[in-house]
Amino acid sequence: MTRRSIQNSVIPYVVLVLGSVVFVYPFLWMIATSLRSLAGVGSSGASVWPHEFLWSNYSRAVTSFPFWRYALNSVLTTVIPIVGTVLSCSLAGFAFARLRVRFAGVLFAVVLATMLLPGEVTMVPQFMLFNNLGMVDTLYPLILPAFFGSPFYIFLFRQFFARMPSELADAAVVDGCGWFKTFWLVYLPLARPAVVAVSILLFMGYWNNFLGPAIYINSDKWKTLPLALAGFQSVNGTDTPLLMATSVLITIPCLVIFFVAQKQITNGITFSGGK
Amino acid sequence: MNPTIGLIRDWAASWGVPAALVPLVPFLLLLIVLYAVIGLAAYGAQRRWPRADKTIAFWLFVSPWLIGFCLFTVGPMASSVYVSLTSWDLITPPQFVGLANYSEAFQDPQVGQALKVTLLYAVISVPLQTALAFLVALLLNSELWGMRFFRTIWYLPSLVSGVAQMVLFLWVFNPQYGLANDVLAHFGIQGPGWFNDSSWALPTVILMSLWTVGGAMVIYLAGLKDVPTNLYEAAALDGAGPVRQFWHVTLPQLSPIILFNVLTGIIGSLQIFTQGFIAKGGPKDSLLFFVYYLYDNAFQNFRMGYASALAWILFVVILALTAVTLRGSAFAVYYETEMTRKRRRR
Repeated sequence: MTRRSIQNSVIPYVVLVLGSVVFVYPFLWMIATSLRSLAGVGSSGASVWPHEFLWSNYSRAVTSFPFWRYALNSVLTTVIPIVGTVLSCSLAGFAFARLRVRFAGVLFAVVLATMLLPGEVTMVPQFMLFNNLGMVDTLYPLILPAFFGSPFYIFLFRQFFARMPSELADAAVVDGCGWFKTFWLVYLPLARPAVVAVSILLFMGYWNNFLGPAIYINSDKWKTLPLALAGFQSVNGTDTPLLMATSVLITIPCLVIFFVAQKQITNGITFSGGK
Repeated sequence: MNPTIGLIRDWAASWGVPAALVPLVPFLLLLIVLYAVIGLAAYGAQRRWPRADKTIAFWLFVSPWLIGFCLFTVGPMASSVYVSLTSWDLITPPQFVGLANYSEAFQDPQVGQALKVTLLYAVISVPLQTALAFLVALLLNSELWGMRFFRTIWYLPSLVSGVAQMVLFLWVFNPQYGLANDVLAHFGIQGPGWFNDSSWALPTVILMSLWTVGGAMVIYLAGLKDVPTNLYEAAALDGAGPVRQFWHVTLPQLSPIILFNVLTGIIGSLQIFTQGFIAKGGPKDSLLFFVYYLYDNAFQNFRMGYASALAWILFVVILALTAVTLRGSAFAVYYETEMTRKRRRR
C-alpha cells in the first residue's frame, strides 16, 4: 500500500470512530442511567458504566403507572394504521403506476402537491370534524385517517410499481385476471420489499406520534406511551432513573424492528421511477 | 357532537354494540352508504361501457385516497377559512368577526416570537442536518472494513425519537448532573445552562436535532449506491481526481435527492412541536415553536378561530419557504431526462 492510500483510508476511519463515539454516547448513557439509583445519578456524571444494576427501575416503570394499558393503546394506534396505510397507499400507488387513464396525471400532481401541505393547517378543522362525529377522547381519530392514504407513501409505492415490468399486468389481464386480482395476486406479493420498508417507516412514525394523542386524548385510559411519558416527565421530572427506564422501554420495539429488518430499510426505497 | 350522530349512537347502543365501538358506528354507516353508491356506479359503468374496465379500476383504486382527501384535507381546509373569521370556543356558536383574528395575530408579540424561533430553527438546523447527513453518508459509502457496524451506530439514535429523545436530552443537558456539562468540566470548561438559559435553549434544540440525522443519511446512502459506476470511470479516464469526481459526478447525480431531503426537512422543521411542548415553551418563550403556540391556543385556550388564523399564517410561511427553495434550486439540481440517459448508454 502506498503512503497516499493509507492516508486516504485512515483519515475517514478516525473521523468515523470519533463521530460514532459522540453519537452513541448519549444512547449508552440513557441505558446506564436507567440502571442507577437516584443518588448514583448525582455522582456518576458522564460515566456510561452503571456501577449498580437496579433492574427494579424497570419493574417500577411498568408498575408505577398503567404501563401495559398505555402499551396496548400504542400498539392499537400503530398496527392498525400501518395495515390501513399500506392497503390504501399500495392500491392508489398501483393505479397511478399501471392504470394510466385520463386525469391520472392531474390527480398524481395533486398527490404530490399535498405532500408539501403541512398537516397543521387542517389540525383545527379536523378536530372539529372528529368532535362532530363524537370521536374525541377515543383512539379512532388516530386510527381512521390511515385508511384513506397518505401522499408520501402513495408516491413511494407508485415509484416501486413503476419499476416493475408492465408485461406482468398485460399477461395477467389477458389470462382473464381482473385489475384487482392483478394487483392483489401478482403485483402486491412482488412488492414485498416496498411493503416491508414502508411498514417500518410507518412504525417509527406512528409509535412515536405525539401531536395526535396530545390533541385527541384526555382521559387516562386512552393515553399512548409517548403521551404518558410526557405527562410523567412533568409530574416526576426529578426521578431520572425511572424516566430513563421508561424511555428505554418505549425505544425497545423500534430497536428490535430495526435489527430484524435492517436490510429492508435500504432495499425497498427507490426514488427513481424508471428501470 | 352533531345531533344526528348522537341519534345513530343511541340507536347502536340500544342494539348492544360494545361501548368502545359505538363511536365508530356512524362513521362506518356513512362509509357503507358511500361505497354502496360507488359500487353501483362502477357496476353500471361497467355494463354500459364494457371496455372501460381500466378507467373504472383506476377510480375505484384511488377512491380511498380521494375520499380521504375530500374528508380530511379539502373539507377541513375550506371550513378552516371560515372558522378563522370567527370567534369560537367550541361550546357557544361561532361568531363572525371578520379579519379580527388576523389583525390580532399581527399585533400579538408571541406570534412574532413564535415565528422568529421557528424560522431560526428551520434556517439553521436544516442546512446543518443536510451537510452532516451527506458527509456521513459519503464516509460510510466506502468499502472499508466495518462499515455495516458504523452504519448501525449512526442510525441508532434516530430510533430514539419524539418524547423519549426530549426526555433523554433534558437530562443530557441538565446543567448540574447532565452528561454534557460533566464532559465539558473534564476539559475545564464551565458549561452553559442549556435548556434553562433563554439564549441557549434554541441552540440546544438544534444540536439535539443533529443527533437524529441517521434517517436522512440512509436515504443519501441509497442514492450514492445508485450513481452509475461508468460515470466515475469516464471521469477518471478524463483525468478527474476524487475531488473533481465529487463535484462533477456525485453531487449533480444526488442533487434531486438532496433537494427532496431539504424540502421535507424544511417542512418538518417548521412543524416542530414535541420539544416546545415538553419544555413548556422554554424560558422566556425561547422555545415557543409556532405549532406549539397554535396548539396552546386551540386545545388549551379553546380559541378555535384564532388558532385557525395562525394555521393559515403558518401555511403561507411554509409555502413561501418552499417556493424560495425550489426557485433557488432550479439551477443547482440535475434531473436525468430520457435524452441524457440514452446519450449515456451510447
